[in-house]
Amino acid sequence: MGELIVNNKDIVVPGEELAQGLDYLPSFGTYREENFIISARLGMVNIDGRTIKITPLTGRYSPKRGDTIIAKVIDVTFSGWRLETNCAYAAMLSVKDATSDFIARGADLTKYFDIGDYLVAKITNVTSQKLIDLTMKGPGLRKLIGGRVIKVNTNKVPRIIGKQGSMISMIKDATNCKIIVGQNGLAWINGDPQNEFIAVSTIKKIEEESHISGLTERVKEYLQEQTKNMNIPKPTTHEEHDDYRGE
Amino acid sequence: MNYKRKDRNLDEIRPIEAKAGIIKNADGSAMFRIGKTVAYAAVYGPRDLYPKFLQDPLKGVLRCNYNMMPFSGSGERVRPGQSRRSREISMVTEKALLPVVDLNDFPNAVVDVFIELPQTDAGSRCAGICAASIALADAGLSMKGLVSAVSVGNLNGTLVVDLDKEEEDIEGEVADIPIAMVKRTGAITLMQMDGIVEKDQVMKLLEMIKDACGKIHDVQTKALKEKYKGSMDNGDEN
Amino acid sequence: MDNNLRNHVLRSLNAGLRFDNRKPEDYRSISIEYSISSNAEGSARVKIGDTEVLAGVKFEIGSPFPDKPDEGTIIVNAELLPLSNPEFESGPPNIHSIELARVVDRGIRESKTIDFKSLCVEKGEKVWLVLIDIITINDAGNLFDAAALAAYAALQNAVFPGLDGDKINYKEKTKKKFDLMNIPVSVTVLKLGKNYFVDPTNEEEEVADARLTLVSMENGKLCAMQKGGDHPLTSMDINAMMDLAIVKGAELREILKKQKKK
Repeated sequence: MGELIVNNKDIVVPGEELAQGLDYLPSFGTYREENFIISARLGMVNIDGRTIKITPLTGRYSPKRGDTIIAKVIDVTFSGWRLETNCAYAAMLSVKDATSDFIARGADLTKYFDIGDYLVAKITNVTSQKLIDLTMKGPGLRKLIGGRVIKVNTNKVPRIIGKQGSMISMIKDATNCKIIVGQNGLAWINGDPQNEFIAVSTIKKIEEESHISGLTERVKEYLQEQTKNMNIPKPTTHEEHDDYRGE
Repeated sequence: MNYKRKDRNLDEIRPIEAKAGIIKNADGSAMFRIGKTVAYAAVYGPRDLYPKFLQDPLKGVLRCNYNMMPFSGSGERVRPGQSRRSREISMVTEKALLPVVDLNDFPNAVVDVFIELPQTDAGSRCAGICAASIALADAGLSMKGLVSAVSVGNLNGTLVVDLDKEEEDIEGEVADIPIAMVKRTGAITLMQMDGIVEKDQVMKLLEMIKDACGKIHDVQTKALKEKYKGSMDNGDEN
Repeated sequence: MDNNLRNHVLRSLNAGLRFDNRKPEDYRSISIEYSISSNAEGSARVKIGDTEVLAGVKFEIGSPFPDKPDEGTIIVNAELLPLSNPEFESGPPNIHSIELARVVDRGIRESKTIDFKSLCVEKGEKVWLVLIDIITINDAGNLFDAAALAAYAALQNAVFPGLDGDKINYKEKTKKKFDLMNIPVSVTVLKLGKNYFVDPTNEEEEVADARLTLVSMENGKLCAMQKGGDHPLTSMDINAMMDLAIVKGAELREILKKQKKK
């Protein structure tokens, strides 16, 4: 009564027919029109039992509750801060969510976070108008000092981080750089100039080749090749594989 | 009059070519070429919308801007800047793309589409729409499908698909009808006409155009998929 | 300005390296393509790294200036298209596109690469006007140098249209091309801290103290200059930047010459 028109992992475009009949359920990135389930995005087909969804290959970040992001302070108000999040929607961080310290009314909030500061923060709420609430209270959440922020494809962030942070830890160890990757497509890197370059180019490589199998091996080889002539000290403390901690 | 073409059939389009992702700064981009007409499209967004009064809390805004480069046309240089013609084309382009873009995905925000043509030889607004469709998909927007566009026409009784500049300039009872279509459903999102045509001819042309739009759609699809060639990703990789 | 970014770029430069692993005196890879627009009398596409700029040449007939009755001229226009950079807005040319156009114009005009007298059709009555349009396609930094290179390449590519009395016949392709002299080449040098570097990326442009665009000719002399940026330059800075620009200019000139041979 229902049949698949495409295979798992196929790359499809908007308007492409994925399945016929009522057996399958349309999920993220697809829609149903009469007898067909159709793709609404450019992405990869992901069939999970009877559910068909699309894993997007491209597109700007869509804010989600629970995401850890890197945001930039653009305004300081009486009650908190306004931040840019690398998507169309701004975020608010209220004083009470910023720190456990007691902050007196009328205190100078720029002492905590000033315009231009980058913060690692967590999204606590997204309204129907996509306005974002943030908190800085939580493990690993803090202001970033030094380093630089680069843009990465938000859809590739899971691959860049890897299962339980395995991929990003591999890069951090090989280059001795501090790296934090936000779900919103911003990544922060801090290390020696030459090592930073290797870390950044490795991340770019993952972005470009994430859909080609054998990625982990290739990344391992690439890092070995790039760092073989350099004297990079091994990290002295045992790092947990938590992407938002351990520098 | 029995009009004949030198190097293609009456219902055949000129050679076409498309490429996605050609402008790195843009969220999505594409080049579309038909015959000697070349269009670039770049998509930025969803992003913040200024001026603020244009923001719609219920849905996003799609904003299109069409422009021809000063050296793009045959003959004299065209002074840069928006003309009445380019403003009208910007508007009908937006209307041609709106039905397929899901605006609910980005309330209060805007998706900007910029179309620029370095070289024109008739069919420029259609080429722009074809390029813009690819660019919107390349930008990761939620869309019902791609929009394909091409002109059809009447040359003193002879019905043709995809008029080139020479044909546009033919004297007599001549009609130039640019049409945009969503291939899957056959829905028509752009239709304009310049000239003289009969109702029966229009209905026949709407039949003739399906094949042409199909070919264009194939090339648009290929351009998007080619950008991600080598897809054998093992998502559960260690 | 992003002070964090500035400090980070400075730290990198002090170590003799840039974010993309280039040395301060390195250009990104450069490519020049001719005849990219079949309706223009001359056209070219220049890529420097990811920066891409088009230039087109169109000819018109006009009246000469009263004080130069036997000379034609060039008119340079630049469009910083919103297509090429999310920061660019639609609308009439803003001061940045005007500055870009005028600096490119000065380089071509002052180098006398075109003999304006050769543009005379009828003394006191008719002269050729050479209209150069520079269009940005992707701004990844260093539009000044890419624009100047594209404009010059478009002139190399240009072929005069036919002239029937008063009317230009654009469909006629004559054999007449420009005899370009002196080969002006633009090199923009930036300063940050004590570092001088060329071919900036967007980030480097954003944090630089100042920039100096220098156009040099084949004989080593300079024919145009433009300082930009909020901070001053010392005469020592200018000395060093001129040296760097002349050396890099010679390298770029070799690329231009090699391209033309193809």
